[in-house]
Amino acid sequence: MIEFRSVTKRFTTDVVAVDDFSLVLPSRKITVLVGSSGSGKTTLLRMINRMVDPTSGSIEIDGVDVASLEPVKLRRSIGYVMQNSGLLPHRKVVDNVATVPLLRGVPRKQARREALELLDTVGLSRTLADRYPSQLSGGQQQRVGVARGLAVNPNILLMDEPFGAVDPIVRAELQQELLRLQQELDKTVVFVTHDIDEAFLLGDQVVILRTGGLVAQIGSPTEILARPADEFVASFVGADRGKRALHLENHGGGELVVDSEGRLAGVLTRDTESGAAAQGRAGR
Amino acid sequence: MSWIWSNGDLIWDRTLDHLVLSVPPIILSFLLAVPLGALANRYRASRGAILSSVGLLYAIPSLPLFIVLPVIVGTSARSPLNLIIALTLYGVALMVRVVADGLASVDPDVRQSAAGVGFSSWSEFWQVELPLAGPVLLAGLRVVAVSTVSLATVGAVIGVQSLGSLFTDGFQRGIQAEIIAGIVATVVLALVLDGALVLLGRLLMPWTRKSSSRVMLPLTPTPLTPTPLTPTTTPTTPVTR
Repeated sequence: MIEFRSVTKRFTTDVVAVDDFSLVLPSRKITVLVGSSGSGKTTLLRMINRMVDPTSGSIEIDGVDVASLEPVKLRRSIGYVMQNSGLLPHRKVVDNVATVPLLRGVPRKQARREALELLDTVGLSRTLADRYPSQLSGGQQQRVGVARGLAVNPNILLMDEPFGAVDPIVRAELQQELLRLQQELDKTVVFVTHDIDEAFLLGDQVVILRTGGLVAQIGSPTEILARPADEFVASFVGADRGKRALHLENHGGGELVVDSEGRLAGVLTRDTESGAAAQGRAGR
Repeated sequence: MSWIWSNGDLIWDRTLDHLVLSVPPIILSFLLAVPLGALANRYRASRGAILSSVGLLYAIPSLPLFIVLPVIVGTSARSPLNLIIALTLYGVALMVRVVADGLASVDPDVRQSAAGVGFSSWSEFWQVELPLAGPVLLAGLRVVAVSTVSLATVGAVIGVQSLGSLFTDGFQRGIQAEIIAGIVATVVLALVLDGALVLLGRLLMPWTRKSSSRVMLPLTPTPLTPTPLTPTTTPTTPVTR
């Protein structure tokens, strides 16, 4: 469990990135911090592994104040995945994945063997192991980034807009892959994004932030969509327009779902199959 | 031409002398420039101070330096050590800025992510920043190498044997072939050292070769095939994956 207690971060006296932020991030769940730029979401993420230290307040991991931990050691125990993968361009894929284990003193042979296994885990062919990052596609690089984040088998995985720089098709693939991985690995994931669709897809708990690191609403995607806290949240999630504001139209006995712009979103079915699928998702 | 044929041994000896005079300054200036350049790159205040003072080094004329050095260092006036120290100073003057610029050119995203996964600043410097600054460092080192080889000829004036001795001797005795032999051998030596550095760079920085060949990367690994350096010569047929 990660807990933020009245955390404030000022970069200069008048620039407040995060203002009196408190939040509990439950273990083995995906918490998504979502907001537009300037909402302090990346700052919040980086305070967990002490890339940024708060001006006041504290962050605890399982009851231990991170301020009492040595930053380098702390970071090596937490998986970190960032946008554009952040891979080391001068190291082969396998060595990139093995980076942190090697820093922690795992023997080279063992680290490489485990890195190859991790490539399997994230769905990459082992034939890519000896390539350099620049020889991979954006999606492949991002998978390597995830593999590197998992390399020390951390309890916590920090993901800073990890899928922001890939095209929509690959992004959808990577999102599904993350959900699959999470089912297998059960990590405490902190995920930062500006994309509300991504937040709703991935998040068990979604935190909507407004400028200055102020919490607009915390809840499950269902709660947020069903009861947006205020105008800001409603407009941020788009509940009042477009493809999320749906209504039913009856056309000759068939019930069609139509969005606010008149686009046909689909057909309303009430068979058992979709009910089972919905239950499967809820049980995740 | 006959002078050259009958003095092959002399030219070879002076070439070796020249090599002994120029290789240590190239290596030393690199070793000294790395910490200085790193320091210049680390703090805003140190950057200006270090870069301008090493820049001034290059402005010192070489002949007065040769006279002053023995007094400061305590070497004898004709010691080759004077020349090696002077050439090292000139090398440092060129190289410190290159190191600072090379380190500054490392992608901030990569540095950020290296810090994020748990590199200490010490290991990050040696394992991430320095290697990634490599291509810039190599470019600078090549300039230092060629400039050092050419400057080392000045040694002849202060009585340190080098290929420069062929010019001075050739002038004094009016042997044109000797002068030309000195010039040509100096140029050849500079080119050989330059080539050696390029080769070394390829060995130490294999990723710089492969990244240029992204488009034509074959599905079957062919690691030993050298990729052409100029992108214009690579076939543009796309490889389907």
